[in-house]
Amino acid sequence: MAKKTTHSIAERDARTQHKIVELAKDISKMTLSGREPQLSIPTRTKSNTLWNRKKGILEMGDGTADRPLFDLKTAKQFMQTMLHASTIKDLIEARKTSSLRGVFYKAKHTVAGTKENTFDTQDESDPILEDLEVALGALREELHVFAENRGSMVGNITIVDKGDEIDCRRMGSGGYALPSIVEPDVIQFKKCEAKFILHVEKGTVWNRFNEDRFWEKHNCILTHGAGQPPRGCRRLLQRLNQELGLPIICVLDSDPWGHYIYSVIKQGSISLAFESTRLAIPEAKFLGIRAKDFRQCGLDDAVKIDLTENDIKRAREIAAYPWFEGHKGWQKEIQAMLTNGFKMEVESLITKDISYVTEVYVPERLKAKDWLD
Amino acid sequence: MDAVSETTAKRRKGATAEELATRQRDISVSEFFAKNRHLLGFDNPRKALLTAVKEAVDNSLDACEEASIVPEIAVIIEDLQPERPASAKSSRYRLTVIDNGPGIVRKQVENIFGRLLYGSKFHRLKMSRGQQGIGISAAGMYGLITTGRPMVIHTKPKAGGPAHHIELAMNTKTNRAEVTTDDEVKDFPPARLAGLSSGTKALSAEGGFLSTEAFRTGTSVSIELEGRYQRGRGSVDEFLELTAIANPHARITFVPPSRESSEDDEGSILAGAEASAATRATATTETGGVVIYPRGVHELPPETREIQPHPKGIELGILLQMLKDYEATEKGSLFKFLQERFCRVSSATAAQMCKAAGATSRTRAGDIEAPQAEKLFQFFQEVRLPPPPTDCLAPIGVRQLLAGLLKGVRAEFYAASSRSAEVYRGRPFQIEAAIAFGGDLPADDPARVIRFANRVPLLFQQSACSSFKAVLETGWKNYNLQQPRGSLPAGPIVIMLHMASVWVPFTSESKEAIADYDEIRKEMKLALMECGRKLGTYLNKRAKMRREGERRDVFERYIGEIAKAVSAITGEDAKRLYDALHAQAKRKTAVADQQLDEDGRVVRGQEDPDDDGVIIVPEAMTGGPVDEAMSGPQSEAPGRRPATRAPGERPARAKPAASSPPAKALPRAKHASPKAASPKRASKPASKPSGKPAPAAPPKVPPPRPAPRRTFPDGPTLF
Ligand SMILES: Nc1ncnc2c1ncn2[C@@H]1O[C@H](COP(=O)(O)OP(=O)(O)OP(=O)(O)O)[C@@H](O)[C@H]1O
Ligand SMILES: [Mg+2]
Repeated sequence: MAKKTTHSIAERDARTQHKIVELAKDISKMTLSGREPQLSIPTRTKSNTLWNRKKGILEMGDGTADRPLFDLKTAKQFMQTMLHASTIKDLIEARKTSSLRGVFYKAKHTVAGTKENTFDTQDESDPILEDLEVALGALREELHVFAENRGSMVGNITIVDKGDEIDCRRMGSGGYALPSIVEPDVIQFKKCEAKFILHVEKGTVWNRFNEDRFWEKHNCILTHGAGQPPRGCRRLLQRLNQELGLPIICVLDSDPWGHYIYSVIKQGSISLAFESTRLAIPEAKFLGIRAKDFRQCGLDDAVKIDLTENDIKRAREIAAYPWFEGHKGWQKEIQAMLTNGFKMEVESLITKDISYVTEVYVPERLKAKDWLD
Repeated sequence: MDAVSETTAKRRKGATAEELATRQRDISVSEFFAKNRHLLGFDNPRKALLTAVKEAVDNSLDACEEASIVPEIAVIIEDLQPERPASAKSSRYRLTVIDNGPGIVRKQVENIFGRLLYGSKFHRLKMSRGQQGIGISAAGMYGLITTGRPMVIHTKPKAGGPAHHIELAMNTKTNRAEVTTDDEVKDFPPARLAGLSSGTKALSAEGGFLSTEAFRTGTSVSIELEGRYQRGRGSVDEFLELTAIANPHARITFVPPSRESSEDDEGSILAGAEASAATRATATTETGGVVIYPRGVHELPPETREIQPHPKGIELGILLQMLKDYEATEKGSLFKFLQERFCRVSSATAAQMCKAAGATSRTRAGDIEAPQAEKLFQFFQEVRLPPPPTDCLAPIGVRQLLAGLLKGVRAEFYAASSRSAEVYRGRPFQIEAAIAFGGDLPADDPARVIRFANRVPLLFQQSACSSFKAVLETGWKNYNLQQPRGSLPAGPIVIMLHMASVWVPFTSESKEAIADYDEIRKEMKLALMECGRKLGTYLNKRAKMRREGERRDVFERYIGEIAKAVSAITGEDAKRLYDALHAQAKRKTAVADQQLDEDGRVVRGQEDPDDDGVIIVPEAMTGGPVDEAMSGPQSEAPGRRPATRAPGERPARAKPAASSPPAKALPRAKHASPKAASPKRASKPASKPSGKPAPAAPPKVPPPRPAPRRTFPDGPTLF
């Protein structure tokens, strides 16, 4: 089994390697034949994102954008793309993997004869890598690049991570840190008793649930994604959902940002639409916080946070997403928030009682199946 | 009522008509102008000195041109009170102006120099500098009033003959000359002048000063006067510099006084005096303090012809007077009168005119009654006539305008345009304009306007002048210059306007400003717009060149990295990839190359500057506010602009030769010879003479001439 994996990895690497060489050869052909070199990169924009109603996920269209070298707007990105391509080829050749940050540092230097950096920040570097993924049709792990661990998991499940068995009931206060690459060749599910997954937005809320041993009482898995969940977290949730049939219940803030996170978990995001089939969980549910909770839970005025103009704008945009547009529940939810004129964080429930959220709020809602989906 | 007025009359003890009559008498023009000398430009000592120089130099140039002699003129100012205290506001000077003109016959000398309103130019319609018959006698009168000294005239009308030496003073009561000395001498030009200073001695030893060969005939006028010599705006120096610009066919030698008045309160009204430094004529030589404005071209301006008045240009009263005059001298027919005394009246037109006046072709001019004359006058207004002939005008011409500006102003761009002749009040005139832009000109000051009328610089009353108004009314913003509302455009620009006419309508006798006729102002604006458009085109092009240069910079920065990366992946030769990419980058930004060829010059298109009226001196290019304004936010910029280059700095060039020093540091040929204007491409000078004259240690012999770096018309680039 292990041998076969190594073999397939070598094959996979050879494939990726080949794609990179082809890309570079195209450029050199154009250059030497006197044509202006340009890259063609599938566009990761809203206009090139399609809503697959049937599958309930976002998909990338087949629109591409030219990235010519001899254009001031794209010259630098052209160079950056080629630098990263070369870095990745080296990584694969050396059979090493690197973090996003590592790739950034590897390619960052001053352009010969100037004081200009090839890359100034990692924020400039990461999207170029994503461009390469789509241009080459190779996933991040195939490029030997990984992101930092982000998000945690505890609960009634035992997994194997690179051969190490991990019992997620025995993870102390920190939980199992979610790696960025969670594909079956890295992580396998060994034994699972949990009946569902409770996904919360932030580490602080997750800590509350973990401290109250919510997962034990309710036989579930407890995860968070440190805000907008990264690819590793989303992929793991999807695998748990698809392979083990566990429902995903989200507890997020009652604000446009929370709604957006839910939307990303459920149907995928625009910039990673090409990965939706691996990431989106169409049947994820939104349990709270709901706009009605201020009244229903009898919360204090102090928990209100005024909606900013930007919030209102974002809320309207989200309401117009095709997957929310025809959804009565969501239209009502967003409208209720706008009518309230304020947002609320999950932590606002603490004003009732420190463990109100874990002992009353979530159990009651679960029991009543009071959620949006 | 009566009682009241009677008592008033008694109390006031008024003069009777008879009493008044005893006091009523002729006022001589001389008396009038002696009292009102400011009307003639003698308002203060500094301006008086300038005006005297101007009147004499104008006359000399006029006389030479009329006699078809290439002018050679010397202006000498001797300080007669060199020991005066530093606080003295003025001093006594002896001004001498000598020309190689035709001279003056003996019997005219008293009339010319001793009478106001006596001259040869007033009654005719022909372009000349003088027109009133006041100029030189007024200067003499001013000298007489302020110093009591007579004018000294040496004039030699015959090449082989003697010179007349005459000293005369004007009697202002009678407006007639009183001659005190009158003899014949051989001494012309007066030998005394050659020995004035070490400089004049050295120059005349080489034959460059008042040589008898150059002055075979001519006139020398000396006036002693109270004046003040100080350089700067509105100075004798500026006048001569500008005269040289507008008269490149003249050679002018200037011996300034030994001492310059220090600046004081009086000087402050001439604020900005030193600002003219930027436009100092640089094509001059100096020997021991003697300044020479060399001849730029050897041909005289085209000869002008006197014309008859145009029917549309006269007034009814003038017509009546002309009819009377004709009867008195010719006793001819109206038909002949019309053809002889007017221009553009053919026999057919004359017949039509006779008919309109209710006369036949045989009717005598003297028999035309006032009502008939009025009908005739009316018909003049209605009839279609060709405009007056224009061979009475001698415009400077585009080529010479450019030559003049090029040697006078250190700029990067020059444009000139010469309009075709037009008519105001039946008088032909022609407007020419030129501009110099960029280079060493001050970038933030308002534009400098230099005005000329019949090749004479106008130094005062700028805001009253039609040319100034035309500059204000021109929309310079259209040509990418800044222009605050109702003001001069701001920026490194000199604007030159010239009006050539048989009669320049001055606002006053001192001939300082051109009267504001709509026809004239319109032509001026059109000429300025032509120049402006050329400038606008150039500025756009220059901005584009810079942008393209920047683009190439961006591309060149990145292609090295790209070549390396591709080569690392494919294993191909990085150098080969780089070269191919580099070739593409060059092709993509070809516009930036337009200034990068052999000598860093753009030479293409027309060879003849007259066609295009534009000269570009790429070495003088500097970044200006205009560029910044133009390559502002709307211009394409790379995502992250490197801090390696200051804005406005020149784009890096492909060739090492391009790293020449910035334009400001470039010297200009100080000693460009007249031949500098010859069509020969100049090589770059090996030595770099300082741009400023060094009068402190005057060399005896002119320093060796560096090869002129700015030549014309081939040297500077045209587009
Ligand atoms: N240097 C000279 N050589 C020959 N003729 C001269 C010279 N200077 C003056 N004249 C004659 O003397 C006349 C009178 O000169 P003056 O300067 O007084 O008047 P003007 O030049 O006719 O008019 P304006 O008052 O406009 O200068 C001139 O018209 C010209 O004929
Ligand atoms: Mg005169």
